[in-house]
Amino acid sequence: MHKSFTQTWKGAVLAALGLTLLGGASAQAQQINGAGATFPAPLYLKWFQEYKNATGAQVNYQAIGSGGGIKNITAHAVDFGASDAPMNAAEMAAAPGILHIPTVAGAVVVAYNVPGVGPGIHLTPAIIADIFLGKITKWNDSQITRLSPGIKFPSTSIFPVHRSDGSGTTNIFTTYLSEVSSEWGGADGPKSGKSVRWPNGLGGKGNAGVAQLIKQNEGGIGYIELSYAVTNVISYAAIRNAKGKFIYPSVNNTSDAAEGVTLPADFRKVITNTSSVTGYPITGFTFLLVYKNGTRPEVKKLLQWCLTTGQAGAAAQQYAPLPPSVKRRALAAVASMR
Amino acid sequence: MADRAPTVPLTTAPLPTVPLPAQSVSKSTSKPSSIPPASSLARFGDKIYGAVIFLASLSIFGIILWLFWQLTGASLPSIRHFGLSFVTGSEWDEVSSSYHVLPYIFGTLFSSAIALLLAVPVSIGAAIFLSELAPRWIRTPATFLIELLAAIPSVVYGLWGIFILIPFMKQFIVTPIVGSRLPHLPIIGELFKGQSAGYSMLAAGMILAIMVTPFITAVTRDILRAIPRSQREGSYALGATKWETISQVVIPYAKSGIIGAVILGLGRALGETMAVTMLIGNQPPNTPNGISLSVFQPGYTLASALANKFSEASPGLSTSALVEVGLVLFGVTIVVNGAARLLVFYTAKDVQGGK
Repeated sequence: MHKSFTQTWKGAVLAALGLTLLGGASAQAQQINGAGATFPAPLYLKWFQEYKNATGAQVNYQAIGSGGGIKNITAHAVDFGASDAPMNAAEMAAAPGILHIPTVAGAVVVAYNVPGVGPGIHLTPAIIADIFLGKITKWNDSQITRLSPGIKFPSTSIFPVHRSDGSGTTNIFTTYLSEVSSEWGGADGPKSGKSVRWPNGLGGKGNAGVAQLIKQNEGGIGYIELSYAVTNVISYAAIRNAKGKFIYPSVNNTSDAAEGVTLPADFRKVITNTSSVTGYPITGFTFLLVYKNGTRPEVKKLLQWCLTTGQAGAAAQQYAPLPPSVKRRALAAVASMR
Repeated sequence: MADRAPTVPLTTAPLPTVPLPAQSVSKSTSKPSSIPPASSLARFGDKIYGAVIFLASLSIFGIILWLFWQLTGASLPSIRHFGLSFVTGSEWDEVSSSYHVLPYIFGTLFSSAIALLLAVPVSIGAAIFLSELAPRWIRTPATFLIELLAAIPSVVYGLWGIFILIPFMKQFIVTPIVGSRLPHLPIIGELFKGQSAGYSMLAAGMILAIMVTPFITAVTRDILRAIPRSQREGSYALGATKWETISQVVIPYAKSGIIGAVILGLGRALGETMAVTMLIGNQPPNTPNGISLSVFQPGYTLASALANKFSEASPGLSTSALVEVGLVLFGVTIVVNGAARLLVFYTAKDVQGGK
């Protein structure tokens, strides 16, 4: 009697366990898991909702940061990772066979808070580098004032603000500064990366932290994502591009910028200092990271949808859709997945 | 020392437990004949109980050792690569894989020191008032509010700091001081050098002070309440005033307990992450070694460095160096706590020696 009770009990547990496993497996077949960058997260969440409505496939995306996305895809813990910065050599070595698929481009704007000065002041690459190197310290410095003749600048001190956390935004901004300033990119300069050795200023956590520091400090200047600056109504500058034109950042001239650079075969490049006349010079792609071999076919379908149907809804959310040439190459890369 | 009010030897335990003097309570009840003989089953139960609580106390050692072991293991690549220069150097540069944490160690100690400097007088004053002077209708709500303050999450303190404390500080502390002669004075002037955006060591120290005050106050009050009435009555009987009783009987009696309360606050200040990260400016001062004595300069603490950098750290040396930051914070906490324990040990001995 006692024994049979134990056996029945064991049987029941096993049956329950089996059901759970089966249930889990069938749910997983439809479900796609991804994790990574926070910058494109609002767009991705909208995309994946639309994708679910269209195809019934459930996509879970966790915005844990680009670094977390790279760690998760390296450990094969997710179906796809997402990152704003291309993976570096060490990260590539840890994840052999990884592909970078660009989804949209974003612009990094130079935002400021100068009393009595509205949006759209003109800045050159050299001035931006000198401000962040701490060499230009007053807003009424003649180098700044002579570029925007109609505007009266106060003598307020300049407070440079940067990201305190590692960030793809910082990578885009510092890659640009390294490219345009020999002092920034030189042996003793801060150079480029997701996190660099800032010579001065203050650090804020996330786009929100930087924006807060700019808003709170008269004379503050910092770099944030275009979409963030637009939704939070922060003034930002028009910047002189490689062709000598001052470009006020927008979704359109971000897409233009992506067309004006030569991309390597694996897309691992930050699209700064474009040669396009109408292109804004500080932009970068955001990537989905997948393995060339062994990725589930559902993920491949999802990527194809993002690169085609998904592109149309991007601009409304301040993300720049891929220019046709890049889109064609990205689709070819997805097609090569097995 | 002979004219001092009589004091009773204290235990050296600085914890918020009630520091009851080792009085002769046990002597009167320790006669075994008055206790009925226990059955063997009850004795067995005693043994099990003894073993369980022994394991419970052992687990604390186990967890600390395990933590230390894991942290050391994961930071070995960084320890091998940088050696001692990790804690003596100043540059943290992810681009050139050069990791050194002296400014972070300094920031941790400096912000906590500011916090204690501001918090200790207020906390002890408040505790004495609540325990010795306050009428009941103030005591009960005030005690409740202090406990409420201790329960507020640190991110809320951080937000309050950004929107209330920083603008207030800029207007009423930083601007007047920067405009005055204070920064030009020798030695003291060093503390107030430079322009400030508000986000600074001072802001971090002030928010930490506000955060640790309820801890120190609550524990100190409990300790003062636990002092036997007879101590105070004895003092009054000798003709002492209220002030004399508090300063010469109550405080010396509770000294080691109060220091224990301060250590508890210090522990919280050293490890506090979120509120500090939101207010300290996250940038070592622009000096050759990344250290500045000016409270107006921004800074960095070990905990805020971890909070900022860990999520985006790339594998390898960078991650290993960040784990070593955790190990260093662990070490700093142990050293500071150890030093404070020694302080308690000697002060407690001093009280006993006065007998």
